[in-house]
Amino acid sequence: MTTATEELTDIHTISVYVANKPGVLARIAQSFARRGYNIDSLVVSPSKDGEFSRMTIAAQGSVEGLDQIIKQTNKLIDVIHCTDHTDDDAVVRELALIKIEVTSPDQRTEALQIAEHFGCKSVDLTKTSMIVMAFGASDKVDACLRMFDGRIIELIRTGKVVMARGDEVT
Amino acid sequence: MSPDSTTTQETAKSKDFALRGVREIHDVDPGPLAQMDGAQALIKTLEAEGVEYLFGLSGGAAIPIFDALVTVNPKMKLILVRHEQGGTHMADGYARVTGKPGVVLVTSGPGATNTITGIMTAHMDSVPMVVLTGQTITPMLGKDAFQEADVFGLSMPVVKHSYLVKDTNDIPRITREAFHIASTGRPGPVLIDLPKDITQSPFSGALDDPMDLPGYHPETTTEVDLDEIQVVAEKLKKAKRPIILCGHGVLLSGAYAEILMLAEKVQAPVTTTLLGKGAIPENHRLSLGMLGMHGTAYANKAMVECDLLLNIGSRFDDRIIGQAPRFCKDAVRIHVDVDPGEIGKMIQCQHSIVGDARTVVEQLLLHVDRADTEAWLSHLDSLKRRFPLKYKKQGGLKMQHVLDAWDEMTDSSAIVATDVGQHQMWAAQFCKTIRPNTWLSSGGAGTMGYGFPAAIGAQFGAPNDLVLAVVGDGGFQMTMSELATACLHKLPIKVLVLNNHYLGMVRQWQEAFYEDRESGVDLEGNPDFARLAECYPGAKGFNLKRPADVKKILSRALEYNDGPAVINAEVEKADNVFPWIPAGKPIEDMLLESPKGPQEKPTGST
Repeated sequence: MTTATEELTDIHTISVYVANKPGVLARIAQSFARRGYNIDSLVVSPSKDGEFSRMTIAAQGSVEGLDQIIKQTNKLIDVIHCTDHTDDDAVVRELALIKIEVTSPDQRTEALQIAEHFGCKSVDLTKTSMIVMAFGASDKVDACLRMFDGRIIELIRTGKVVMARGDEVT
Repeated sequence: MSPDSTTTQETAKSKDFALRGVREIHDVDPGPLAQMDGAQALIKTLEAEGVEYLFGLSGGAAIPIFDALVTVNPKMKLILVRHEQGGTHMADGYARVTGKPGVVLVTSGPGATNTITGIMTAHMDSVPMVVLTGQTITPMLGKDAFQEADVFGLSMPVVKHSYLVKDTNDIPRITREAFHIASTGRPGPVLIDLPKDITQSPFSGALDDPMDLPGYHPETTTEVDLDEIQVVAEKLKKAKRPIILCGHGVLLSGAYAEILMLAEKVQAPVTTTLLGKGAIPENHRLSLGMLGMHGTAYANKAMVECDLLLNIGSRFDDRIIGQAPRFCKDAVRIHVDVDPGEIGKMIQCQHSIVGDARTVVEQLLLHVDRADTEAWLSHLDSLKRRFPLKYKKQGGLKMQHVLDAWDEMTDSSAIVATDVGQHQMWAAQFCKTIRPNTWLSSGGAGTMGYGFPAAIGAQFGAPNDLVLAVVGDGGFQMTMSELATACLHKLPIKVLVLNNHYLGMVRQWQEAFYEDRESGVDLEGNPDFARLAECYPGAKGFNLKRPADVKKILSRALEYNDGPAVINAEVEKADNVFPWIPAGKPIEDMLLESPKGPQEKPTGST
C-alpha cells in the first residue's frame, strides 16, 4: 500500500476500459508483471454497459516504464482504451474499512471523534472493537489511518477508483 | 438436435427479418448440413478463409477436428508433421513466403505445449499464424485431466491474442476473428483452444456471425499524420548523409517497391535488419546490406556517420543499436512503425509516424526530392571497397565459401531459410536477398531448429521456387525428424548442414570473452548426416569436405529434385564471425578481426 506523502508523482492511477471477456485481467496483469511492476491496487467493475468492464489500477514506477506498459496494454485486443490519469483533471476516490481496538469508554470517545473529523462512518461497534468506514481522496484516508495508528486490528482498502471530470471520458 | 436448430445457410439468412418465416419452415425439416458439428463448422470456416495447408499432428482431444477433415473433405491439405514445433515453424515459413497466415492443428497437453517455441518465434518476428489446439472436455477443465494443459494461460505472453472456446456456435466467429487479428495491423500468432466436447457438439449457429472486436482497429494504421510526413520530407531534403533503415515491417506491409522508389528519388542508402533483408535488392548500389552485431562494416560505419536516420518498420532491436544512448546520437532520428508501442521503446526519436509502412512511404514519395548525397554515396562506396565481407578460400573449408558459392551459382534467386548461430550470420552476409519474402530467419527469438521446417513450409507456399535450408549441426538435430515430412511430399529442398561439430556462436563467445574455456559447446556424437538422410526414402545425402569440391557437390545437390538433398559440409571447426559488435557496446567498437588478448565480458545480453 502506498502512502500519499511519498513521491506522489510516481503513483499512477491507470484506467482501463475493457471488453468483458475471459483472460483480459490476466493479460493486463501480465503486461505489468513482465516489466517488473507491482500493482498497488486494482478495482474491477462492470461498466454501465454489461459488455464492458472498467479497471482502475494504481501502480508506482518511472514514467517511461509505465508509459510502455500503457502502450502494451492498449495493444491488447480486448482493451478498448487505457489511460494514465495521474496528471488529469480527474476525481480519484477510495474507501477503507478500519477495525480499531476500543476497550474503554475513553478510547471509544476518541475514536468516534477522529471518525467524525474525517467524515467517517462507524459501521460496527462491540465492547472491544469498532469498524470505521473512511472514504474520499487517498491522502485523506491516509491521514485518518495515521490518527488510528497503533490501534488498527485490520485494514481493508478498496483501492482507487478514478473518473475524469466534466466532458472528458475516463 | 433441437427442432429449432437451423442449417448454416438458413441461419445466415436469419439475420434478415423478412426471411424469418422461411427459415422456420426449413427448421421443420433440416437438411443434411444440420448434422454439422463444431469441428465441421471449424473446417468450413478455415476453407472460407482460404487455408491451403494445415500443419499438424493428431491426438485424442483433436480427433473430432481431424475427423472433420475427412467428413467435410475440404480442398485444404493436412501436412502431418513429426513434432508440433516443426509444424509451427512450417506454418511460419509458409506465412513469411506467402504473406498469408500459417495454420497449425495439434492436440491438447504436450501437443499444445510443443507449439509454444514456434508461437514465440512467430510472435517475436510478427508473423501471422493461427494455432488450433485440442483441449480436454469443458467439465474437466482445471481438473488435471489426461493431456490437459492450460495452453490459453501458457501461451498468453507469446500470442497476439488467444481464445478458449466455450460455445460450439462461437467457433466460426472466433476463427474468423483469429485470422483477422493474425493478419492485420502488426501481424502475429493467434491461438484457439478447442475443448473436445465443443468441437463434437452439434453446431446450430451461423458461419458468418459478425466479428466482435470493439478494441481492435487495424484500419487506423493507414491513417497517418500528414503534417509529420511533410516535416520528415523536409528533413530528408536537407540531409547530407541520410540513411534508410528497413525492418520486417517493410516486407509485412508490402512496401518494398515504394522503398526502392524512395531511396532512388532521395538518393539515400538503405540498410536492413536481419528480418528486413529483401526490403531492397541487396545487389543495388544503394543497398548497404544488413547492419548490426554481425552486419556489414560499411552499414555500421554509415550508422555512425549519418546525419539522418529514417527507420521504417524496425523495432530498434538490441542487435542493431548496440549501446542505446550512443546510437545515432547526433543524427535526426525518425521512426516509422505500425505499432505505437514501439515508438520510444528503445530509442527516443525526434520524429515518429505511427502507421503502415507502405502508406507512410507512399505519402513521403509525394513530398521528397533528391537530396545532396553524391559525396555521401561515394564515401560509402569507398567504405564498401575498403571493408568488404571477406574470407580465405585457402586452408580448411569455410562456411562463407560454401554460402558464397551457393549465392553465385543460384544468382541469389533461392528462398533461404536459416537456423540460428554462426551459419545464420554468414548466410545473412553472403546470401544476397534480391526479392522480398525470400529470406526466412528467426530474428527476435533466435530459435534453433527453425530453419529446416521453415524451409518445408516455404516450399509448400512457393512450390516453384528453389528453397535452401542453411542449418548448423546443432540446430538441425533439433528438428531433423521433419525429413520424413519433406520426403513424404517429395519436396526438393536443399538442406545445407554447415557442420563444425560445435555450437559455434557460443564457442566464439567463450573464445573471446571467457579465455577460451569451452563449456557445453562440443557436439561430439554427431551422426553422419548424409547417411542419416538416406535412411529416409527419397532423400539424398552429399558430403562436402574440400574447398575445391564446393561447386561440384552443390551442383549435384541442385540436380537432385526427387526429394530433399542433404549436404553435410565439414567446415573449419573454430572460425569466428566478423564484423562483430560485442553485445552492449556502441557501434564504434565494431571488431573486424579477432581481438588480441583477453576482452572484457560484454554487458549486453547474449
